Amino acid sequence: MTSTPTSGRPTGATTSPSPERRFSTAEIVVHAAFALLIGIGILTAAIMWLDTLAVAVGRRDLIRTVHVTAGLLAPLPLALGLLSTRFRADVARLERWTDTDVEWLRSKDRRSGRLPVSKFNAGQKLNAALTVGAVVVLLGTGTVMGGWLWSWPTSARTDATWVHDWTAFALTLAVVGHVVFAVRYRRGDSSTSQPRNATSSRNRVSG
Amino acid sequence: MPVQPRPVENEAPYELGNTSPIKGFHLATGGTAKHPGWVEPQTSPTPTVDRPFGRRIVLSVVGLGAVGFALGGPLQNAIDAVLSPVRRIDPTGLADLVPGEGGWRYYSVAARQPDLSTAEYRLRVDGLVDRPNTFGWGDIADLPQTFWTRDFQCVTGWRVDDAAWQGVELRTLLDAVGVQSTARAVTLYSHDGLYTESLTVEQVEQDEVLVATHLDGEVISRDHGGPVRLLVVPMYGYKSLKWLSRVEMVEAVDPGYWEERGYDIDAYVGASNGRNDEPIT
Repeated sequence: MTSTPTSGRPTGATTSPSPERRFSTAEIVVHAAFALLIGIGILTAAIMWLDTLAVAVGRRDLIRTVHVTAGLLAPLPLALGLLSTRFRADVARLERWTDTDVEWLRSKDRRSGRLPVSKFNAGQKLNAALTVGAVVVLLGTGTVMGGWLWSWPTSARTDATWVHDWTAFALTLAVVGHVVFAVRYRRGDSSTSQPRNATSSRNRVSG
Repeated sequence: MPVQPRPVENEAPYELGNTSPIKGFHLATGGTAKHPGWVEPQTSPTPTVDRPFGRRIVLSVVGLGAVGFALGGPLQNAIDAVLSPVRRIDPTGLADLVPGEGGWRYYSVAARQPDLSTAEYRLRVDGLVDRPNTFGWGDIADLPQTFWTRDFQCVTGWRVDDAAWQGVELRTLLDAVGVQSTARAVTLYSHDGLYTESLTVEQVEQDEVLVATHLDGEVISRDHGGPVRLLVVPMYGYKSLKWLSRVEMVEAVDPGYWEERGYDIDAYVGASNGRNDEPIT
């Protein structure tokens, strides 16, 4: 996410200290902390998962501890973010889907600006919801795998491992897609799409 | 002059009240949002319907995870059945990145794996034995050789069909040093120093337990635990200790690396660890 100001944006009657910024400092910090923890989770998971890395790095106990710690801490930035009014408002925006959002997601010309998009497009709303869901699943299955709260039988732990693996795999794909879209549709970079007018240009955002 | 209020960034008008049937899940609102810049939208000429899809997607994902956890094994097998043919014909190896059964996997617990040539390799056999001895590669090769083609099953679900092993049965090796009558179990040590395993004397006598030197016709590679590893045929893979360096006869079973982490000591495939895999014989 970049906070590069875009020009010519109507600010309306706002008391926001920096109305041209898409995200508040609190939101940027929340995003950075969450991204860091998820990033550590994916990296340590890769070391345990990919044979080549597993053999090259070894130290499975240490890697596992780092992975578990990052995972357990991951919800913390989001929880603290809820203290921020602007974060809560953005969560509310991500939560509500209009009919246009559904149409936008289904349309082939979704980047043309034909369909109006508010602060977040439907892809971003989908990504946010899937990410939250995946993190909940990873925490739940991870808890079973760790056996901290309950002495689960090994079969439950292997079932949890299987769900954990698939969810982590899907989440990693979503994160990669998120980064690719963020780079491709950087705000203010008009070379990547042809907005019909200033409104859609202003609202064109990263994935 | 009073400024005319208007919504920022032409949001589609939506109500922020918690209208969801799922109470208490809507984290973001507590009535109308009052973040800077937000103003209640004016009456919309064409009322737009909006729905709390976000939470539905979140709950769907969580539900899917719960179903996967509840169904467990059968679902896993069904998906693996679809994926394994793809894996077999995939030349890029990318299919192996997808979770599921996919041949050998490495659980690398130590900082580095021992890298020993066959010339450097030594196997110490001691404890409650009459003639403690150290075996080199050639000494093991001189003992009667056993050839077994067996499936290899990991407790985490993956299975390798028809791995061809060559080596010396552990009981043959122990006969060569003479086990004392007080010995009731054997502790096996790995070169990495972290990893130990145990078997009872009865298991060594009755089960197929191999001090393996070759896999699929080649000296066992470092990554597979070579040049010499243990193979406990009827048990889950974690019993088949890699980089075997020492065999010690002891009075009682001492739980090994994985057993201390919650796995069964008597790890028969299909009859332990709460799993129902097809037994290996």
